[in-house]
Amino acid sequence: MANTQAMTTSFMGELMTATHNFGTAPVRATGATDAFKAALYLATATYNASTTAYATTNEVTGTGYSAGGVAVTFGTPPTATNSSTTAGVAFVTPSASITYTGVTLTTAFDAVLIYNSTQSNKAVSVHTFGSQTITAGTFTLTMPANTTSTALIRLATT
Amino acid sequence: MALVTTTKGEMDESLLEKREGSLDNDNESTTWVEYWLDGELVHRSAHVALKQSVTLAAEAASFT
Repeated sequence: MANTQAMTTSFMGELMTATHNFGTAPVRATGATDAFKAALYLATATYNASTTAYATTNEVTGTGYSAGGVAVTFGTPPTATNSSTTAGVAFVTPSASITYTGVTLTTAFDAVLIYNSTQSNKAVSVHTFGSQTITAGTFTLTMPANTTSTALIRLATT
Repeated sequence: MALVTTTKGEMDESLLEKREGSLDNDNESTTWVEYWLDGELVHRSAHVALKQSVTLAAEAASFT
């Protein structure tokens, strides 16, 4: 047997559930799952890895769309899976499609920001797609399969 | 008789011109449907199936 340098996969999974705190962290009143939301942004916006929180700047506006977007459901807890002695993946995916029903969004949009509405609207991830407009219709974002290789949000070591 | 929600209210689909499209690449698989009335777009819906993850690569540093 020999030791192997690695980030533990359990640690990555626990990052997704706020088990570890290396600095100052929010005080949690309960161990309940946070609430997450999804907001749509115009194709002219610049949301990216430097985005820290939800903002109304360049968010879509239109009939049937409420600022802040819609709720995102994470019905399945994060999973942490080892693939070797040095590698693993922690991952999580919304358990339902994100749907904006009965909206009219006439200015092209091409991104969705997933953010934590429980923790001061802090940003989680930005996902882009081909520009869309919606007229008296429904916009649906279907999630990829919640697997080690396709989950929407992944922390990975190789 | 199928009804379609439009900018002019619920309308019988048979009265409208239906246009459909799709897009498929490494990032997404998307379909959309449009309904037109006398050259005016009165309904458009889209369905985007995301394919790609956002991934954070983690690493434990070596002392050497």
